[in-house]
Amino acid sequence: MSSVIPYTVEKRPDTGLNNVKIGIWLFLASEVMLFGALFGGYILLRVGSTEWPHGSDFGLSVPLAFVNTLVLISSSVTMVMAWASLMRKDTRKYKIYMFLTVLGGVGFMVIKSIEYSAKFSHHYYPETHNFLALYFTLTGLHALHVVAGMVVNAYLLWPGFKMWETNPQQFTNRVESAGLFWHFVDLVWIFLFPVLYLL
Amino acid sequence: MSDTGHDHHEELGFWRKYVFSVDHKVIGIQYSVTGLLFLLFGFSLMMLMRWQLAYPGQPLPILGGLFGPTRMPGGIMTPDFYNQLGAMHGTIMVFLGVVPLAVGGFGNFVVPLQIGAPDMAFPRMNMMSYWLYFVGGVVMFGSFFLPEGPAQSGWTSYPPLSNLASEGQTWWLVGMLFLIFSSLLGAVNFITTIIQLRADGLTFFRMPFFVWAQFVTSFLLLLAFPPLQAAGTFQLMDRLAGTSFFMPEGLVVSGQVQELAGGGSPILWQHLFWFLAHPEVYVLVLPAMGIVAEVIANNTRKPLWGYKSMVYATVFLGFMSFIVWAHHMYLTGMGTAMSSFFQTTTMIISIPSVVILTALILSLWGGSIRFTTPMLFALAFLPMFGIGGLTGLPLGLSAPDIHLHDTYYVIGHFHYVVAPGTIFALFAGIYYWYPKATGRQMSSFLGKLHFWPSFIFINGIFAPMLIQGMAGMQRRLYDGGMIYGHSQDVLHWHKVISFCAWGLFLAQIPFIINFFGSLRKPKEAGNNPWQATTLEWAAPSPPPHGNFATEPVVYRDPYEYSHPDHGEDYLPQFQPDAVAAKSA
Repeated sequence: MSSVIPYTVEKRPDTGLNNVKIGIWLFLASEVMLFGALFGGYILLRVGSTEWPHGSDFGLSVPLAFVNTLVLISSSVTMVMAWASLMRKDTRKYKIYMFLTVLGGVGFMVIKSIEYSAKFSHHYYPETHNFLALYFTLTGLHALHVVAGMVVNAYLLWPGFKMWETNPQQFTNRVESAGLFWHFVDLVWIFLFPVLYLL
Repeated sequence: MSDTGHDHHEELGFWRKYVFSVDHKVIGIQYSVTGLLFLLFGFSLMMLMRWQLAYPGQPLPILGGLFGPTRMPGGIMTPDFYNQLGAMHGTIMVFLGVVPLAVGGFGNFVVPLQIGAPDMAFPRMNMMSYWLYFVGGVVMFGSFFLPEGPAQSGWTSYPPLSNLASEGQTWWLVGMLFLIFSSLLGAVNFITTIIQLRADGLTFFRMPFFVWAQFVTSFLLLLAFPPLQAAGTFQLMDRLAGTSFFMPEGLVVSGQVQELAGGGSPILWQHLFWFLAHPEVYVLVLPAMGIVAEVIANNTRKPLWGYKSMVYATVFLGFMSFIVWAHHMYLTGMGTAMSSFFQTTTMIISIPSVVILTALILSLWGGSIRFTTPMLFALAFLPMFGIGGLTGLPLGLSAPDIHLHDTYYVIGHFHYVVAPGTIFALFAGIYYWYPKATGRQMSSFLGKLHFWPSFIFINGIFAPMLIQGMAGMQRRLYDGGMIYGHSQDVLHWHKVISFCAWGLFLAQIPFIINFFGSLRKPKEAGNNPWQATTLEWAAPSPPPHGNFATEPVVYRDPYEYSHPDHGEDYLPQFQPDAVAAKSA
């Protein structure tokens, strides 16, 4: 018998899923626990403190963060469009949408770094206050996830695309998984934005 | 990865075959051997500590000079070195020894075989999981060579102490991050494999109990470890970026007020740490129960008593293990409402453990027991785990816990669960599956020479600790000093314990000889040396890459021993009915 693993691409009849789909959802479940714990830390430190600053006290700009939210949400939309184009076997559109998705990630990171350098120039560092400690840790870990997602997406856009020729189904599954991760990263930001900037 | 049509077997080179292998069996053996080495190493740390406890302030004979003037000047252990040994003993035994052996080792080797799969669902991720674990182990081990030594704030790394500790603590945190990534990849892989790669006919309720145990364990690893990752990130920020996640305002250290932003909470670390570390207890125990169930069914020659109840109990245990963590924190001054909640959930979680243990004990009833080496270890597991569990009940209730918490009683309690409990079960597993992994049987005489002294010495170590603890002797102390004043009646037990610990080491020598010596025997074990019923025994011993000669099909429940309509006393899952009828 060969050592080829079954159900890497095709679905197992009784579960209706392939391995990758289960794997990525399990991974995301674990990510939920990671960010859940980070937000849990935020809640515990905030309720334990006598006074808690507002983001604007440290110059956090709501309009800038709002723009960043729009950028990230748009890139989630283009990610879906990229996948949908692949489903329709339209590789030209796939490349356009995937490029826009990566571009959205770049845009988000640029705005984020503007925000970070503004903090540093005002001598606001993680050790200045626990609010800033949380701000830098939470957004920093989120930014790491954005970068990871961008690397995967860029791979699927350029070098990884050659799989389309040999195994289009598996390639489409990969794009779908990368998309699920990208939506998760987006979702985390949807929580971070109000928690750090508005509340 | 273009795995279409690549069906021919090319001969792999040495590196791809034995080092960077993607074969679940090789990875399982890599995990097992590395885990066993770390178990021995972690045990050695403890044997050094036992000298200081038995003969405080006296130079260690023979070996004392090896550790240099910073750790053992004149052969006498320094308090810092004692603390480092204690912290690293716990860390290494749990995260680098038992879990990698139980989950990475046995899980990897046995689960795909027992479900009739050619390999794990994600073989390359499996390899990555091992190598991340390996790097984590190297970081932990490497921290011993730092000028100020490794972490010394206990395996729990409570801040503020750990935040203020030397550089070794940073290495500990980095090592832990590697181990967490490793177990995350492993957990995703196990769950996917068990859901997707079960052989034809292997429904969930036909899975061997061991597979169920690994299945639930993987969910615990998947969901409980990330909060420690968050906590580790917070602590790294505290140590490297000067934040105050765990540092309260106005903290005074050695008469100096710390210049920090403050506003942090040391209790936050404890919550996040125990949110992992309580499920971790079940990560340590469930695979052990799985192994014991396999060995008991095989050696009593009858089906497990209450297989379904055991499965339901295991799943319930998995759920409950997420809501009991604060019973490790009664001494933090939490309110009565909180402690009532957690002691209630703690009492509830003891029920499924009792269900599983009772089912295993009842499984012995009326069996024609074969006292093989694996069976001896499995049988010893039952009372040892029983003692460990029952001594835990007073600790789960907040009032007696206040008296017992910081004493040797706690050490005795959890070691009964993990050492003569889990580690004995792991030994049972090694003796049981060694023929499958190597094609050779281990010596039964050396096995018994390993078992009986180990069984006696290990009780000589942990039973006196319960006595000392109930007398109020405090744990984690280099030298009790004044505190030992009220422990004079039980102090002499320290010598007994230490000699038993060193005796336990000697008792492992037959195992080491057996483990390596048996490799030189001819491969005569055959496919099914124990006459067992589960799928791994359908594969050749050792199984080739891809495992099964023909795709296995499952026809019945996992433990059809002594079936009344069948001639032989075992009816394997993989045997078609036609063959069964013929031989009847």
